[in-house]
Amino acid sequence: MPESEAPPIDGVSVEINGHEVIARKGELLIDAAERAGTYIPRFCYHERMKPVGMCRMCLVEVDTGRGPALQPSCMIECTPGMKVDTESEITKKAQDGVLEFLLVNHPLDCPVCDKGGECPLQDQTMAFGPGESRFVEEKRHKEKPIPISDLVLLDRERCILCDRCTRFAKEVAGDPLIHFINRGNNTEINTFPDEPFSSYFSGNTVQICPVGALTASSYRFKARPWDLDTTESTCQMCSVGCRISIDSSRDEVQRFAGVDIDPVNWGWLCDKGRFSSEAVNADGRLSEPLLREGDSLVPARWSDALRRASDALAKASSPQAIGIIGGARLTNEDNYAWAKLAKGVLGTDNVDAQLGDGLPAEVVLGLPAATIDDVCAPGGTVLLLAPDVKEELPVLFLRLRHAAVNDRVTLIEISPRTTGITSLAKASVQPRPGEVGELVRALVAGSNADRDIAGIAVDEINSIRSLLSAANGPLKVVLGRSSVAESADAVVDAAAAVIEARPDTRFLPVLRRANVRGALDMGMAPGVLPGRVALDDGRDWYESRWTKVPATRGLDTEGILRAAADGRIDVLVLLGADPLSDFPDQDLAARALTGARTVISIDTILNASSRRADVVLAAAGFAEKAGTTTNIEGRVNTVSQRVTPPGTARPDWMLATEIASRLGTEFGFSSPQDILDEIGSIAPAHLGLSIEVLATSPDGIVLPLDLPVDEIAEEAIDAAIEEIVDEVVAEIEAEIEEPVDDFIDVLAMADDDGFVPGSTPRLVSFVSDAPLPVPPLDSYAFRLIATRKLYDQGTIVQSAASLAPLAPGTSLLVNPWDLDRLGVAESGRVTVRSSRASLTLSVTSDPGVPRGAAALVVSQADVRVGELIDVGDPVTEIRIETA
Amino acid sequence: MTIDVPRIITSRFDRDDSFTLSGYEATGGYQALRKALASSPQAVADEVKAASLLGRGGAGFPAGVKWGLAPENVWPRYLVVNGDESEPGTYKDRMLMELDPHQLIEGVLLACYGIGCGQAFLYVRGEMALAQERIAQALNDAYAAGYVGKNILGTNFSVDVILTWGAGAYIVGEETALIESLEGNRGMPRLKPPFFPAAKGLYMQPTIVNNVETLSNLPWIINNGGEAFAALGAETSRGTRMFAVSGHVKTPGVFEVEYGVTTFRDLIYKPEYAGGILGDRELKAFIPGGASAPWFFEEHLDLPLEKVTVDRAGSMLGSGAIVVMDETTDAVKACLRVVRFFARESCGKCTPCREGTTWLEQILQRIYDGFGRPTDLDLLMDVSDNISPGITWPPKQTTICPLGPSAVSPIASAMKRFRPEFEARIAFAEQNRSSVPVDFPKAASHA
Repeated sequence: MPESEAPPIDGVSVEINGHEVIARKGELLIDAAERAGTYIPRFCYHERMKPVGMCRMCLVEVDTGRGPALQPSCMIECTPGMKVDTESEITKKAQDGVLEFLLVNHPLDCPVCDKGGECPLQDQTMAFGPGESRFVEEKRHKEKPIPISDLVLLDRERCILCDRCTRFAKEVAGDPLIHFINRGNNTEINTFPDEPFSSYFSGNTVQICPVGALTASSYRFKARPWDLDTTESTCQMCSVGCRISIDSSRDEVQRFAGVDIDPVNWGWLCDKGRFSSEAVNADGRLSEPLLREGDSLVPARWSDALRRASDALAKASSPQAIGIIGGARLTNEDNYAWAKLAKGVLGTDNVDAQLGDGLPAEVVLGLPAATIDDVCAPGGTVLLLAPDVKEELPVLFLRLRHAAVNDRVTLIEISPRTTGITSLAKASVQPRPGEVGELVRALVAGSNADRDIAGIAVDEINSIRSLLSAANGPLKVVLGRSSVAESADAVVDAAAAVIEARPDTRFLPVLRRANVRGALDMGMAPGVLPGRVALDDGRDWYESRWTKVPATRGLDTEGILRAAADGRIDVLVLLGADPLSDFPDQDLAARALTGARTVISIDTILNASSRRADVVLAAAGFAEKAGTTTNIEGRVNTVSQRVTPPGTARPDWMLATEIASRLGTEFGFSSPQDILDEIGSIAPAHLGLSIEVLATSPDGIVLPLDLPVDEIAEEAIDAAIEEIVDEVVAEIEAEIEEPVDDFIDVLAMADDDGFVPGSTPRLVSFVSDAPLPVPPLDSYAFRLIATRKLYDQGTIVQSAASLAPLAPGTSLLVNPWDLDRLGVAESGRVTVRSSRASLTLSVTSDPGVPRGAAALVVSQADVRVGELIDVGDPVTEIRIETA
Repeated sequence: MTIDVPRIITSRFDRDDSFTLSGYEATGGYQALRKALASSPQAVADEVKAASLLGRGGAGFPAGVKWGLAPENVWPRYLVVNGDESEPGTYKDRMLMELDPHQLIEGVLLACYGIGCGQAFLYVRGEMALAQERIAQALNDAYAAGYVGKNILGTNFSVDVILTWGAGAYIVGEETALIESLEGNRGMPRLKPPFFPAAKGLYMQPTIVNNVETLSNLPWIINNGGEAFAALGAETSRGTRMFAVSGHVKTPGVFEVEYGVTTFRDLIYKPEYAGGILGDRELKAFIPGGASAPWFFEEHLDLPLEKVTVDRAGSMLGSGAIVVMDETTDAVKACLRVVRFFARESCGKCTPCREGTTWLEQILQRIYDGFGRPTDLDLLMDVSDNISPGITWPPKQTTICPLGPSAVSPIASAMKRFRPEFEARIAFAEQNRSSVPVDFPKAASHA
């Protein structure tokens, strides 16, 4: 929380240890005291959960006019005139007493406890406790540790029964799988028999445990807190942008922990993000470049590898014969350097950070944006046209869950099958794949529908329609690609329908891969240039700043792969991309890798695609390089280097800079900060961004910067846009025929005139084309739904030893009604046939799948869903036959 | 056996059919309900106020005042009947539920009418099988006869009574823990404030929690008027009250006596009550109001059973359980026994109670087993002080509910009066240091 916050005017005056403190209305005493600099010890209280007042550590003497009495400060709201003494003899005795009680049965095995050194029980005993214990009886003994999930172990002897983990599981995660059992002195935390604490958020309980009772299997006995070096960064396991701390010891990453920032993750992490720390040191990390010699890839020197890469690029028959796929793994600076190399040096616009499983860049960048806080604002209405956020963006799920459960937010879900958030939604419907656009058009129409649409009954459509029209304030839409077995057109069409009917609607586009949003912002998509401008709009601007700009719009990933498959791509660059595993249409990806003359892969670990590359450049990974990243909201925050990359692996920006240099263009970048400075001075949406500006805002900065900028460091802005201002001041002076004093006046004036400072190109706006028509319903065919699970066969999950076994696999999910119709037994084997391929797998009945559809999970072991999909079709039709 | 006070709530105890609907109706049953329904809810509430009926659960809060605490115009509001009687030595509510369930049901209906509740929750201790059976039968009969349910006796007054069984936790007798249990959660008390049941009770709605005996008084009060009730008894303690006498007495049992008039001596020694101490031995101590009450001794025998008088003398009438200990009682063992009860019944929510009561039990056990150390007596008192600061009466507490401090009462009482017995055990232990428990000679306690 910013320290500079002024005391609120309608505050409550209370006296704490003789000093007047102005508390906020309804503020808990423990918080008001802490803000005023008086820390009251606590164990059960956690600022992101409801207080329970059960550890009794925060007892202080409170006098509300009836004489002083011991009260738990975590349960007491400040009331006017309240007198509080946190240091009185009675308070001190009570605190001593509680600490002695807590230690009575605590094993005091601090020397071998992971928590020792960062343990609230240890710290507060030192600060507030009695020096020694008078307890001479035998302590409680219990079997320990016991695994309560695949990732978390419980030591019931160390547990002080503060109710934090259990409250987290119930209140925050919504997975009430751990609870107190037994009573009194025999009370313990445990799971229900044979029901493990298999929550996607279980690692948070380890972090909030005030003792060493809950430990993570990946970190046990690996390091001591006093040996850890810590740096704040931003998690890159998905695009939510959770703030984390990276702890390392002996130049090895040991663990990640959540850092509490208000606008994003509130201190929470999902287990995939938290335990991906293991992947940093994974076996198989590339530590040197590899070059193809015959059938094998052999280690090479950097000079040879870079020469081979730049030679291939230089010899490409035309800029259009170069394709670059990927960018989500990269930082903003990496992406900028690569965009500049691709578009400004090589002159190709065949660049795409997405793998055909997202949304077009114009949609992501062009729709009016909502932040997570906007979406979760109390009392609002949110339309979820998105994948299962619990599986793909778990911490966004936590925020939405909190909004629905505690803040009266109405969630309306339109998804191909029921999801982890369905039970929290006011309404949830599952339209037939491919027809969501038509359904949404009816939902936002001015009058009631008169027929069933997309398999949804007319009554249901009209009841959701009335929910939407009753929405309080602008509608918020969480927009994403729910199924890769249907084209993005349908959901783009749905977004177009919403914005047409309700122009004040705001969107939170949810692309899932790490820094995919930053890559799009940096121009790593066809038709756009860095700073969220369209190629044509930004051409003049960039031509004067770079050497050149592609003449025409290039191809997206699908187009690049098709061109490669047809032999029209000379050099295919894979920037941390693995199309063989991740592109929805695996047949096309395979043909493309065969068809491309030279494949250059830049990655941290070899994957299916890079094994087929001709040049493999070893890249520095997460925690091994500094820079910035951009989350789903368009919020820029820092990622930090904590350890050195393995071997000679290099950050991606350095590789782009090297290659550019070999091609005759000097970027002049010698650090990520040089690149950020260039971004902040020329990328239109990023003007004013600098490391100094970021340093003033630990919560990150949502772009574009809101000018004028009295809230952010003006000096930094001054420096960054001085150049631009100089350029335009003369122009404006000429226009108004008098001198202007400073640039803020210029900006103000510019705003008045609707004139954008520095003649910066306008930012991308949303456009949508009419979607391809969906083939008529075929009663013998099923439409395929292809979704994701949190744990999959992705490189990082599979490189993290704790996470790898958690990928659940997949079977064909079919509505029980259809299963009956097919005459197939539950968990029987079936053959699934599409126009492309056929797979044999087992079938499971699932009422959450609509009739006439069948669902599979992509990127799971053994079932290669991508073989069934033809990206040219708007929907994937399959037939199911008994095997 | 002659008892010359009116029997208000035990009047049917001698009848064989006391628990049946026909028996109840034949003895004036459900007449108070008819009378109440003919008047206004306010009139019912006024009668209860006029009766100065004190709650019979333990705290002795005036029932009429309690009813008025529910915030106006907040609906729905609930009546919760606390039948989770579990205090050692207390078994009066059990008798009322087993022998006169309809009287309780009529009381519930009158309370609902007076408070404005459409739903009442009857929470009966899980171990009381007969009480549950009879209440369930009585409720079914009362529903069938139109006394409970929709449009009671043809009026527009409707009440549903929901019968719930406890699962064996003493702490659920505490009203907020009872509410948690009713909601399906673990029986753990809520902090007051903010969770005063009258304001934020069951399902966060205004909730009046009344004891079984309290409500069983209502039919008589409505039939005979609050004034008639208030005419009985003395000082602040009006009407009659049931006391359960147990321990070293000749005829233990439950007795309805005039509140505030009868003395402890009457109750313990009179032949129509407990009939004196077993074997005509001397009295050592007695617990005047349930296991959590500080102990009384011979000099307190002539105190009347009157709330304020007993409070001033440093204890309480509490749940109306009088436990008598004769001269052969080992004070250390008695103290250990009571503390063990509270340690085992601690819900585990608050640290001082969860850890402290067990620690106290362990120290006492050690002293009793012959491993006491001279420092243990101060330790006992200081651990007690950390649960109940100052060891005062009424107790202060570092816990949410009074269960923790309840374990302190017997220690404070026994240590104050019988400290030499503790010291003797420790001295004996000091002389006979051994790694195995020693058999402490009985005579030592009286040395």
